[in-house]
Amino acid sequence: MASIAIPTAAHVEEQVRQPSQLTLLFRYLRRNKSLAIGLAVMLALVLFTGLGMLLISPKQAYPLAAMFKQPPSLKYPFGTDFFGRNLLAAMVVGMWETAIIGLLAGALGTLIGVILGFVSAYFGGWVDSIIRSTCQILTPIPVLLIQVVVASSLDKRDVTIFTMALIVVMLAWMGPTLVIRSQVLTMKERQFVAVAKLSGVSDLGIIFKEILPCLLPFIAAAFVGQVFAAVFASFYLAVLGLGPLREPLLGNIIWAAQGQGAFFNGWWWWPIEPAVAMILILGSLALIIMGLDELANPRVRRSE
Amino acid sequence: MNTFKLVAKRIVFLIFVIWAASTITFFIPRFSSRNAIRERFAELARTGGFSPQDLEKVVAAMQKQFGLDRPLLQQYGDYLVSVMHLDFGFSLKKYPSTVIDLISQSLPWTIGLLLVTTILSFVIGNLLGAIAAWPRAPRWLRSVATPFVLLTGVPPVLMGVLLIFFVGFKLKALPIGGAYSIGVVPNWSWSFALDMFVHQILPALALIFGSVGGWVLSMRGMGVTIQGEDYVNFAEHKGLDGIRIFRDYYLRNALLPQVTGFALALGTLITSAIVVEGIFGLPGIGTALQDAIKSNDFPVIYGITLFITITVATLMVLLEFIYPLLDPRIRKQ
Repeated sequence: MASIAIPTAAHVEEQVRQPSQLTLLFRYLRRNKSLAIGLAVMLALVLFTGLGMLLISPKQAYPLAAMFKQPPSLKYPFGTDFFGRNLLAAMVVGMWETAIIGLLAGALGTLIGVILGFVSAYFGGWVDSIIRSTCQILTPIPVLLIQVVVASSLDKRDVTIFTMALIVVMLAWMGPTLVIRSQVLTMKERQFVAVAKLSGVSDLGIIFKEILPCLLPFIAAAFVGQVFAAVFASFYLAVLGLGPLREPLLGNIIWAAQGQGAFFNGWWWWPIEPAVAMILILGSLALIIMGLDELANPRVRRSE
Repeated sequence: MNTFKLVAKRIVFLIFVIWAASTITFFIPRFSSRNAIRERFAELARTGGFSPQDLEKVVAAMQKQFGLDRPLLQQYGDYLVSVMHLDFGFSLKKYPSTVIDLISQSLPWTIGLLLVTTILSFVIGNLLGAIAAWPRAPRWLRSVATPFVLLTGVPPVLMGVLLIFFVGFKLKALPIGGAYSIGVVPNWSWSFALDMFVHQILPALALIFGSVGGWVLSMRGMGVTIQGEDYVNFAEHKGLDGIRIFRDYYLRNALLPQVTGFALALGTLITSAIVVEGIFGLPGIGTALQDAIKSNDFPVIYGITLFITITVATLMVLLEFIYPLLDPRIRKQ
């Protein structure tokens, strides 16, 4: 009588062994093209900025550091501008500062949104109605215009990249607040929260141990969205001439180039380089947002 | 009776929005360390308008003239009343022009540009998006939308810089800035009208390219969900022709949420137009704002921002009243 090998549990586990996390990630990225391309461009930008900050002296990015109005050449691969800035260095420092503004404002905006969203949804009542109606009343107001009012009220010496980030955050928390609020509202009714409540877990315990972990994907998506919005808003403010004028922020460079009539005078490289850099930054962020959307909401996948 | 209640509710909401916007633009400058009048007169004193010793006296006199020496609450009340009359005070730089004068001079330019580009990009974007999600459309037609989707993240200003570079600077096909050729005196002739039109093409293209992608994306998403609906399947099985299903069953229903999207996008559209105008040096409300920022003309900065805010909020509420015209279901209720 032939003995039949009965597969043990360990046996089965070996046969259908999962591929490593990394392989899975790459397989997923091959399907989710926009996330892959977005992350690749972002990685290239981070490398450019990181290596640039290590190899190039940031002093080169400020006026009177180089020859004036030189077109791109071997010595100045990106050319120089009217004020004697080495534009290669200006690009590196400009992207670095853009990253600081984006990450700082993105993190702050998301944090405020998460806190307000939680407070509003979890405690409900009059707190909820105040927060919700404030969001609703502020939503139709074009944020950039209020930012213009704030930025132009500041003393020019007070405008730094940090105040830029704060100005941008001031009116950017409504989106994440409403998103997190609606998610917490649905979460609150789930059974595991009711069980936790009946077992005597405190409010804070429920918020941090039960609900918050489930919301992490939404918080991540809100964060990338906030970074995009912050970069966008600070760029617009700088193009309008409200940025920290001394800093080589990408928007500032375009504002200065336009003010000096760069295209009329044939200095095409001056405004084009920050424009391309900004397109790459915003484009990669937009692709990452689309990719994350597809990750979080599989129904979108059908449209591909 | 019900409709009346709904309308009244929205109008109360609108008043709240306008009140919030006016309050923000009133208090933020009051908390700032900058004094617009002192800065302006210090500048005049430097260029020799009068002796610097008298500066403080002049500033105090002007403060009194503008009512800035009265209690804050009284100023706030007066401010709210004048905002209701669309009175934003005088320009410091172009005194005795009022802010509303400057706005009404530059507004027609902005409205013209914005109206044309918004309508074109809404129509093009929604049509392309709907076609991209329509399985029966020819393959080549469905892929027309792809390049626009790739441009979604690019703000119109940057699109403007690229267009200036490639079309205006490299090809020399179109002018790179200004509202009309340098040295031409504005007049009512066909050649001047043509000249003006040619100068508007690049800014218009920048705004259109910058916003079509967003409509394509959201419409494609809408289209996909509507395709699976029973009434579309039923229409197909009845044997209705493709164009009719596309137009009456598919496009019309997919468009409804897009109108809501349009209302939400209004603010972004107007701010984009403001920045694009500046890049191209077109006369318009955006250029007026940038000039005011450059010359620290605070009443103009605050007046223009408040004016646009009120306009956007009003338009958003008005758009809500259009829904019943588009959607019979809402009318029934």
